[in-house]
Amino acid sequence: MYRSHVLVCGGTGCTSSGTPKILECLNEEIGKAGLTDEVAVVQTGCHGLCALGPIIIIYPEATFYSLVKPEDIPEIVNEHLLKGRVVSRLVYEETVSEDGFTSINDTDFYKKQHRIALRNCGIINPENIDEYIATNGYEALGRVLTEYTPDQVIQTVLDSELRGRGGGGFPTGLKWKLAKANDADQKYVCCNADEGDPGAFMDRSILEGDPHVVLEAMAIAGYAIGASMGYIYIRAEYPIAVDRLNMAISQAREYGLLGKNIFGTDFSFDIELRLGAGAFVCGEETALITSIEGNRGEPRPRPPFPAQKGLFQKPTILNNVETYANIPPIILNGVDWFKSIGTEKAKGTKVFALGGNINNTGLVEIPMGTTLREVVDEIGGGIPGGKKFKAAQTGGPSGGCISTDYYDIPLDYDNLISIGSMMGSGGLIVMDEDNCMVDIAKFFLEFTVDESCGKCTPCRIGTKRLYEMLEKITSGNGTLEDVEKLEDLCLYIKENSLCGLGQSAPNPVLSTLKFFKDEYIAHVVDKKCPAGVCKALLSYVIEPDLCKGCTLCARHCPSDAITGKVKEIHVIDQSKCVKCGVCMEKCRFDAIFVR
Amino acid sequence: MKSLDELKAIREAMQAQMGLRNEEGDKTRLVVGMATCGIASGARPVLKVLSDTVMERELTNVMVTQTGCIGLCQYEPIVEVVEPGKDKVTYIKMTPEKALEVIDQHIIRGQIVSKYTISETIG
Repeated sequence: MYRSHVLVCGGTGCTSSGTPKILECLNEEIGKAGLTDEVAVVQTGCHGLCALGPIIIIYPEATFYSLVKPEDIPEIVNEHLLKGRVVSRLVYEETVSEDGFTSINDTDFYKKQHRIALRNCGIINPENIDEYIATNGYEALGRVLTEYTPDQVIQTVLDSELRGRGGGGFPTGLKWKLAKANDADQKYVCCNADEGDPGAFMDRSILEGDPHVVLEAMAIAGYAIGASMGYIYIRAEYPIAVDRLNMAISQAREYGLLGKNIFGTDFSFDIELRLGAGAFVCGEETALITSIEGNRGEPRPRPPFPAQKGLFQKPTILNNVETYANIPPIILNGVDWFKSIGTEKAKGTKVFALGGNINNTGLVEIPMGTTLREVVDEIGGGIPGGKKFKAAQTGGPSGGCISTDYYDIPLDYDNLISIGSMMGSGGLIVMDEDNCMVDIAKFFLEFTVDESCGKCTPCRIGTKRLYEMLEKITSGNGTLEDVEKLEDLCLYIKENSLCGLGQSAPNPVLSTLKFFKDEYIAHVVDKKCPAGVCKALLSYVIEPDLCKGCTLCARHCPSDAITGKVKEIHVIDQSKCVKCGVCMEKCRFDAIFVR
Repeated sequence: MKSLDELKAIREAMQAQMGLRNEEGDKTRLVVGMATCGIASGARPVLKVLSDTVMERELTNVMVTQTGCIGLCQYEPIVEVVEPGKDKVTYIKMTPEKALEVIDQHIIRGQIVSKYTISETIG
């Protein structure tokens, strides 16, 4: 029996900030202090506050330590675990109050969150099936198999109005119903864990922190549509998630929660993993299915839809990780509970990955309909350096930007689409006044050019041409005509591409054109980059009144672009300047400016 | 897994341990003085017996925690019982056996074991 549990975050974020070393130190120090029998060290999944990792929580006091370093471990063990004195300097400052420490759940970051999909992340040990069971795990599967007919399961999911959390927002229950209606000797349940949007990592966190929830939900789906086999398609770039899933699958098989005659019924179900090689297009459902079949990951036209002819030409459902994570709680807590959260048209919660220029980088799960302002200013802790909010990019390379005009827009599927963005998988990148919107559009286009599979012409060649036009604009050679052509080409690609990748690839351009056309105009007409990002449009100049003629800049210039003698005013030759900014950094008199 | 009962058995066995991580509800706190003075006079075995017993008897609303030196070093090991809405009770010169009595009498039956409290023994 342990008197204290030390929870160490083992998500990818904290792992890369040093969790393995911390675990090693903890076990060593706890051993030295003779506390091995009294204190349990538990590696958990992600807590969401990745910016403050590595994170350690010590129970029963629920003390939240952030930014822990291996050197701090002896102090934590000897002071906190042995003598019961909290190491104040390491406690997350938001939980420190005048009269002691407050619960982590009362901090700005967690207060407004409502954790359904992430409910077990950071709380249980993902490598121990018993801990999942202790939080009512597999209860939903047991109840479904013994008390529900497949139609009742589908009706429950339909009634909950759960919509896909991976991008499109298609009603999950409807997908299941369509697959159920098609008779076949074999059907399949697939899980899309090929999370490819730059900046989105909620699926990874669920798989790392609570892998059993996905297995349980897939088995429920299998029972509902009449499938006995499931595949999880996961990126090979998620090694921790792959390990934990493999571990979870073998534990579930051992307990008979996967395999034959689950819960003593006739229902049998098994799951296997398929690793993806990191192609963005494989997140598209038909390309993913083609890849599981062992072929090159390319999309194919729909119809037929996967629910009719999917994997190996059999009826197949494909849901995203976060969608599955909502299924067991809906079964256990009921449809009314789920529908009480969120907005009229979007029920439940959504996990967002907060990134970019924001203080609390990390994962947040919020009720649908929370405003962008609440997410950025309150949960996200605002923008570092007191800079001004300019835009938020949602939906990754398929989404668009939200400008300050829509700062109070409630975030849900329809609202985001109405302003030319999309929910996508939930990446939310915050940008401040120092970000150039043309450059951002170019960044996402560069990504889609790389990731276009090449099967259809509009996407393969169209995105490349789009990228070249943006390149032309950011290098100062664009014309107003280019800006018009840009928009035409965007619309053409959207209409004519084969799959979601091409159809949504122009979104970053279209939405920046919509909200920040003035920036495009500034690039082509004034040949200026208002945010000072596009190098070709910047020029470094020396202010004659301030230059003392110290020669420091000239000596450091790598391209010999600065001329001038000692105690004479120096001049930068614009034709030679490579815009590296070294002169400005070196100048002691702040005499060099960017124009 | 053959039945929901089987699942329930695993769940309940595990919940007793996981209860430690529950932050909800008003809990009774058993606080053991674990500064150098406390440890030197034998607070470790007292702490151990308290936490083991709390788990064994599945006293889910009780948490065992530690504190530093409260300045009464000569009376260590000290155990404080803090129940929500009641006055704090301080037991002094604890041993594992006395600690068990405190759990039996005070925590389970609600009767303060006066013979070990600071107010009764040193007035």
